Amino acid sequence: MATWHLQINGNERVVEAESDTPLLWVLRDSLQLVGTKYGCGVGLCGSCTVHLDGAPVRSCQLPVSAVGAAQVTTIEGLAPQGTLTALQQAWVDLDVAQCGYCQAGQLMSAAALLAKTPHPDDAAIDAAMGGNLCRCATYTRVRAAIHHAAKGGAR
Amino acid sequence: MISRRELITVGLAAGGGLLIGCVTPRVGGPAPATPVEPPAPLPDFAPHAYVRIAATGAVTLIAKNPEVGQGVKTSLPMLIAEELEVPWESVTIEQAKLDPVFGRQVAGGSMATTLHYDELRRLGAVARTVLVNAAASTWKVPSSECRASEGAVLHDATGRRAPYGTLLEVAAALPVPKPSDVTLKDPKDFKILGRRIGGVDNPKIVTGQPLFGIDQRLPGLRFAVYEKCPVFGGAVKGANLDEVKALPGVREAFVLTGTQDKFGLLPGVAIVADSTWAAFKARRALKVDWVLPDVKRSGTSGELARDANALRGQPPATLVRNDGDVAKALARGGKKLEASYHAPMMSHATLEPQNCTALFKDGVLEFWAPTQNPAAGQELVCKTLGLAPSAVVIHLVRAGGGFGRRLLNDSLVEVGALAQRLEGTPVQVIWEREQDLQHDFYRPEAFHHLEAALDAKGRLSAWKDHFVTFGLDQAQTPGNGGDVDFDELPARFVEHYQLGRTILPTHVPMGWWRAPGSCTTAWAVQSFLDELAFAAKVDPLTFRLGLLGDARQLPVKNPRLRPYDTGRMKGALELVAQKCGWGRRLERGRGLGLAFHYCHHGYVAVAAQVQVSKQGALKVEQLWAAVDVGPIVNRSGAENQVQGSMLDGLSSAWLQEVTLADGRVQQVNFADYPLLRLPDAPPIEVHFIESNVPPTGLGEPALPPTAPALCNAIFSATGQRVRQLPLLKANLRWS
Repeated sequence: MATWHLQINGNERVVEAESDTPLLWVLRDSLQLVGTKYGCGVGLCGSCTVHLDGAPVRSCQLPVSAVGAAQVTTIEGLAPQGTLTALQQAWVDLDVAQCGYCQAGQLMSAAALLAKTPHPDDAAIDAAMGGNLCRCATYTRVRAAIHHAAKGGAR
Repeated sequence: MISRRELITVGLAAGGGLLIGCVTPRVGGPAPATPVEPPAPLPDFAPHAYVRIAATGAVTLIAKNPEVGQGVKTSLPMLIAEELEVPWESVTIEQAKLDPVFGRQVAGGSMATTLHYDELRRLGAVARTVLVNAAASTWKVPSSECRASEGAVLHDATGRRAPYGTLLEVAAALPVPKPSDVTLKDPKDFKILGRRIGGVDNPKIVTGQPLFGIDQRLPGLRFAVYEKCPVFGGAVKGANLDEVKALPGVREAFVLTGTQDKFGLLPGVAIVADSTWAAFKARRALKVDWVLPDVKRSGTSGELARDANALRGQPPATLVRNDGDVAKALARGGKKLEASYHAPMMSHATLEPQNCTALFKDGVLEFWAPTQNPAAGQELVCKTLGLAPSAVVIHLVRAGGGFGRRLLNDSLVEVGALAQRLEGTPVQVIWEREQDLQHDFYRPEAFHHLEAALDAKGRLSAWKDHFVTFGLDQAQTPGNGGDVDFDELPARFVEHYQLGRTILPTHVPMGWWRAPGSCTTAWAVQSFLDELAFAAKVDPLTFRLGLLGDARQLPVKNPRLRPYDTGRMKGALELVAQKCGWGRRLERGRGLGLAFHYCHHGYVAVAAQVQVSKQGALKVEQLWAAVDVGPIVNRSGAENQVQGSMLDGLSSAWLQEVTLADGRVQQVNFADYPLLRLPDAPPIEVHFIESNVPPTGLGEPALPPTAPALCNAIFSATGQRVRQLPLLKANLRWS
């Protein structure tokens, strides 16, 4: 066990964990931030996507020892002031989710996309979202919600 | 002392929103020197188990069924709210736990709407009726002069209005009418049903709040994995438990003998740890010596397929249905066609792997279970662990997908056994993805050896299907969800029809996979019909409409099912043909395909447009669906279910298969069991035909016609007929 000082959603959090523990399980089991999901454990499904200094990463593939001083943002930190971001609001407005399990990962990938490309075309959405599996296959609405948020949420 | 009634009046005078027990009345002068004894809180008005109204006017509605993504946590309470006359935005939805008061609590068979559309509306109307009667008796006017609207009762003649919260005490003293005696609203007055309403858990989903099975957290929770034999039917001879127990973060490791029930507690090794990661890591260090059953023949896909294919042209073990004289009809002159269709085994692959959380304390075993069938889970736990039903409490938590997987409660009984052993300590069992894929209850493999004849006018005159599937350790009964329906089309639409069945034993347990039976049968039937249409040189739409014939009601054998309405089926087919522009000329390499199917009381026709490159690369350009399930309850949820089930049909037909080798499932993770990804998901148009029949469910019926529409489009584009799935393995090159 070692002690880690992590920057999570704008706050420093101190956790005890084995150095090889994936960030996913530190979030879920040590910090009770259960919004980030386990799906495959090998970086194939995108359910565990978080931001590391703004870039989307698979937290199941990132050992806690590799996080360092990077700013980690999780789904719980996407709307820090309690007001939903335009993207989250689009997810609610378009009722994207079915079971909802993958949607935290979808939102984190989409948020990273919009931060870099505020008005993505379909090809950009394909490229950014192709790694996030949705077993319920809500893909049509995922795509529509990203466009919706990019247009400022106007219906 | 202030009376309850005065308190309510005071609250209303102050603008409503009074919280009884929290507010000290301050009307009419300074506060008294000695504080007023707070009155006992007025009990909520609860005419039955589904509705609670607080004196504040706050309305709580109970969602009775498990939510696995099919949307019932939203749509079922909508039915109550509509008749209760409360604004949807004002109600709070509470998930029921397993309780006999709620009757059937199952997420399965697309049955929730079918079973509860009338019942839940009536329960809403029961509560509304009592409240209207309460207002009428307070105002001393006839109930017939009062009406309910927006959470209040109105007396239009005098302009009086009483919010529900003010009527509770009077309402509580009135008789509660029988559901059969209340008057339902005219659908033209619906304010909630038929609208687009977002899922009630959406705010939690988009902010990552705890919701799902694996999100359950109890003080002192331990995390566990449970390792089972990779070959079904195996047992534990021994394991390096001492080594595992010495690993960091590991609390306990022990063997469970399990039972002989392949749907119950399998033999295995439990590892209990302080964190999920410690448990997962310890599992990698676990070495188990298994006693393996002899399953060479029944446990290798190639062997089973060889046996199944050898049955082509052979008599079936069982003649399921035999109308007319198929042998004679096939021997007659005219065009004949023969083809074999083969759909593989399939895993459910819910994105939330199997898991469950439990605590055994003071003789009670309490579960937080993402299950589709909690009553069956309770029964399994009682039988396996020797507990009375009263000692087994099951809280329903949202599940990250079901698709039939969670109809079976193996993860529930696993964690129950662990919790019983760890008495007083809560424990969560979570399966790694590899375990989830390799210990599923698989969709039974399906082989259809088909023969058919056309008459001189190009109409179907005879149909023969020798259906081959798998049975669990025997050859009498198909695996769960593997059978062909007795009334499956084209039975009843062709004079000479025969359905035979042969079952090959496998040791691998099978389970209901979304649209059981239909999900493979519709593909074989609708593909072969397409072959016949082309052989008859008749347009595939015309051929299908001709087969369905005049609009009429056909009786069915299953007494729980309504008659088959050929008019509704034709209506869906004609609509989808119109919407997709059937008959459009497309260049070579592009094609349109059609299919239709009836199951779960739903009539669905699907059209697909594909593009296939000369090298065989497939692009699905667009899907269309015409769906007749009667009136729509929640337009947003309904459309989502149709689109999702169609893409599930596309994903499975294109990409997925489970294969067995030496008794083991060969697929490991999403690399070799791929799911459809966003870039490959086409746009989908969904058109509802809202007839006036009692509405039925949508979790499944749009799935079965999707794969055949897709394969028929591929034929149209390339001339290649796909008779074996998944498409990923088919060579679609053309020139």
